[in-house]
Amino acid sequence: MTVALSGKEVAARLEQQFTSDIIESNDRFILVKKEAIHDIISYLKTDPELDFNFLNYVTAVDYLDYFEVVYQLTSLKHNHDIVIKTRCYGRENLSVPSIVDLYSTANVQEREIYDLMGIRFEGHPNMTRIFLWEGFEGYPQRKDYL
Amino acid sequence: MEVERYGEHIYPEDEINRYEGQAIEELKANSQIAIPDPDEWLDDDLKQNILLTTVDWVLNFARRSSPWVSLCFPACCAFEFISAMGPRFDISRFGMEILRASPRQADLMITAGTLTYKHAPNIRRIYNQMPEPKWVIAMGACAVSGGIFRSGYNVVPGYNRIIPVDVYIPGCPPRPEGLIQGIQMLQEKIAKTKNFA
Repeated sequence: MTVALSGKEVAARLEQQFTSDIIESNDRFILVKKEAIHDIISYLKTDPELDFNFLNYVTAVDYLDYFEVVYQLTSLKHNHDIVIKTRCYGRENLSVPSIVDLYSTANVQEREIYDLMGIRFEGHPNMTRIFLWEGFEGYPQRKDYL
Repeated sequence: MEVERYGEHIYPEDEINRYEGQAIEELKANSQIAIPDPDEWLDDDLKQNILLTTVDWVLNFARRSSPWVSLCFPACCAFEFISAMGPRFDISRFGMEILRASPRQADLMITAGTLTYKHAPNIRRIYNQMPEPKWVIAMGACAVSGGIFRSGYNVVPGYNRIIPVDVYIPGCPPRPEGLIQGIQMLQEKIAKTKNFA
C-alpha cells in the first residue's frame, strides 16, 4: 500500500530551499506559488530520499475565483506519494510553468487542461487543443462556460 | 512547434489541425437542419408496375436477406450490438453475421453510440464510401436525438444531421430484441423498395 506522505513533513524539508514559495501545507497537500512549481517538482524528483519518479496525474479545478492545478507524485522506490497544488487567479491569459521536461506523461494531460480549462503551460512543446478541434470557442470545462 | 514539411502530401501537424478544424466547422454549419428520412415513397403502392413486381421481389429478397454491417460503434450501444451478434440472440439468422471492416463491402450502418462533431466528418466519410443501395439504423437515444448528451458542447443531436436515417431504435441502450425488431422493420422497408420506378 502506498503511504501518503504528510504535506507538512515534506514542506518542512522544502523549507530550506523554497522558504517564500510555500503558501500552505497540511496533512493532505502542499500549496505552492505557481512561479516555483517547476523548481519544487524538480527538487522532489531528484532528491534521493523523496525520489518521486512517477507522475500520477496533472489536473485542474475551477473554483470561479481561481483555478487550482493539482499534481500527484509517487515514488515507486520508497512507495509513498504526495499532492502538490498551485493556484492561478483570474479568468483570462492564465499560465503555469510546464513540467514536460521532468515527466513526459504531463505532455498530453497539460494539453487536455489547456483544451478544457484554458490554462496555458509555459514551456510545453505543443500547446494545442487535443480533444476539441482548432477554432473551437471557449473552454467547456469551466464553470461559467454555458 | 517548428515542424519541417516532409513532402508534397505530408503535412505538418499544425496544418493538419487547421484543416481538421475548418472541416469540422464547415460540417457543423451545414448540419443545423436534420436530413429528412428517406421514407416518403413507403405509402404510394399504387404506382407499382405489375410486370416488374417479381423482379423487384427477387432483388429485394436478396438485399433484405443479407445486409452486411459496416463498423460505426462510437459508444456503449456497441455492447448491446455485440450481444446481439453473439450466440444467444444470433442475428446471423437474418443473414448479417458478417461485420465488414471496409465500408465498401457493407450495405447497412448501425450507428451505436454518441456522435461528436470531431467524429462526424469520419462518419460521413464512411457513409459516402458505402456502395448503393445503403441503409442506416440509428440505434439508441444518442443516435436518435443526442440522448442525455444532447446539450453538450460538441454532441451532434442525432445522426440525421449528418446522414439520412432509415430506422430509429429508441432505448438507452436498446435491448438486443429491440435491435432485432429494428432490423426486421428495415427488412420490411427494403421489401417495399421499387427498383424500376
